[in-house]
Amino acid sequence: MAVGASVSTNTTGRRDGGSQPKSSLKKFSQRRSTIAFALCLPLILLVSAFVIYPAFYALYLSMLNKKMTAFVGLNNFTFLLKRNTFQLVIYQSCLFAISAVLIKALLGFIIAHLMHNIPGKNQRIWRGLLLVPWVIPLALSTLTWWWMFDSSYSAFNWILNQFGFEGVPWLGVGWIARLCTIAVNVWYGTPFFMIMYLAALKSVPEQLYEAASIDGANSVQKLLFVTLPMMRNIISITVLFSLIVTFADFDIVRILTAGGPQDNTHVFATYAFQIGIQSGDIPLGAADSLFMFPMLAFAAFFVLRGVTKRTKEIAA
Amino acid sequence: MSATTMESRAAKRANSLARQRVWALWGSYIALGVFVIIFLVPPFYTIITSLKTSAEISAQSGSPWMVKDPTLENFWYLITYPNFQIYYLNSVMITVLTVVISMVISILAAFSLSRMGFWGSQALSTGVFLTYLVPPSLLFIPLFQIVGMLGLINSVWCLALLYPTLAVPFCTWIMIGYFSSIPKELDEAALIDGAGYLQMLFKIFIPVAMPGIIAATIFAFTVAWGAFLYPLAYLYTSNQMVLTVGIISDLIRGDVFQWGKIMAACLLASLPPIVIYAFLMDYYVAGLTAGATKG
Repeated sequence: MAVGASVSTNTTGRRDGGSQPKSSLKKFSQRRSTIAFALCLPLILLVSAFVIYPAFYALYLSMLNKKMTAFVGLNNFTFLLKRNTFQLVIYQSCLFAISAVLIKALLGFIIAHLMHNIPGKNQRIWRGLLLVPWVIPLALSTLTWWWMFDSSYSAFNWILNQFGFEGVPWLGVGWIARLCTIAVNVWYGTPFFMIMYLAALKSVPEQLYEAASIDGANSVQKLLFVTLPMMRNIISITVLFSLIVTFADFDIVRILTAGGPQDNTHVFATYAFQIGIQSGDIPLGAADSLFMFPMLAFAAFFVLRGVTKRTKEIAA
Repeated sequence: MSATTMESRAAKRANSLARQRVWALWGSYIALGVFVIIFLVPPFYTIITSLKTSAEISAQSGSPWMVKDPTLENFWYLITYPNFQIYYLNSVMITVLTVVISMVISILAAFSLSRMGFWGSQALSTGVFLTYLVPPSLLFIPLFQIVGMLGLINSVWCLALLYPTLAVPFCTWIMIGYFSSIPKELDEAALIDGAGYLQMLFKIFIPVAMPGIIAATIFAFTVAWGAFLYPLAYLYTSNQMVLTVGIISDLIRGDVFQWGKIMAACLLASLPPIVIYAFLMDYYVAGLTAGATKG
């Protein structure tokens, strides 16, 4: 579909080139835009073939029956919404994404401030150490978390036992397992917030703080009336971006719990994998992942708005 | 008020400010230390476990946080284990391919979008940014069908086709930012000297925007090396797998978890990203934060 559109603009571009008056400047700009388009062509083809086409194909797939032989309209969507497990999935996805992002944002903000306090030449090594969770591929570090939460020989339970507490069935009980998935996500994602906020903190002009202290502002007032307003845009961009990534997370839940116990930790992505790939009901799986779309579109809209606003601010 | 009291008050105030600053500094170091320790617990535990023998792990006695007689046998087992070698080779191959394909596509597109422009190039830039926000878990089911149609199910090559879709949008976005910051006078001078567009790209833009290219390359590398969902969904025999899924499917057989070997494999598999980040972190952080603070 989009492939067709891009090809047609290409041919019209060429036809125009032939019929243009022979002004050399126009010809030059014509040639320029043809080359420009040709340079973008690989990108357009890639995105059309593996992002735009699949998106529409997903819509089509989600309206078929399980054997993909008949058109069933919106039945898959209504079927999912009526299912208890799926209601749990919606609840857990929102809980997982929102609480993880809030904790990450808060911790990232605190750590960025601590980092900003220490002298610049020492920041590099501390930043390097704090970025380790974010550097290790998530699928691999989640394996370590799984092993630490292990039911028979949990490293955490050993510590609890040393202090005389009972061991905790980390991944065996619904609520605890939910908290575990959130904790792993916070561990992985906080460094990202930290570097974004640290960069933002560094971009706040020092004169503003000086002016504030001359006016007698204390550090809380400086934070509320200088730092936060200056960082507002970056905070919102980072939070919304992380909301998208966290909402669509697959690795952590898949490896840690595979959705269990009793489907308590399933998020959209893992549930789609289970019904679509493992149980072979492709249309139902496609419908499941499409439920993510409104949330993602909402966040994407505001990220885009924030980024455009930011670009204009810098240009001005 | 005499001058001397004012002076001494000012001195006292400066003194207390300095003391406050020292306290804030030490407090920051201590708090950062606590955070570092918490953040580094899992990597530390990975290393500890990877040095244990299977017997020591299954004995389940004593502190799991210590290792009694450290051994490298897990690492040796993996290095000489043919399946693991295949996973590693597949990962390297796919990552190199992804990086090359992504960088070629995104540098060409970014050059055109930031400098030349054509009808609809503004909309295309916005579209590229929006594509970056599409997570892999949104489209993996239709892609499963598409990969099937292309006959690439259970072929490691399908990843070289799909990973660039995850890497290219952000790489293009970074490169547009870096290319736009190059002064226009440079390309005017080149055009007057009779350079073509491609010459301009190779002789001016690529060398000047090298930091951006490094940042984008690291991003593409990270995406390709760590991706988990696509290989898990589309590959199922061990000769086609990459590291992230190979470790899980090979070293976990039913209820038998060879944790020592799994942890050693995690370490070996995390080594390339850690080495790359250790040397090139500054470029990556600069590229990543430029997206938010500049453009």
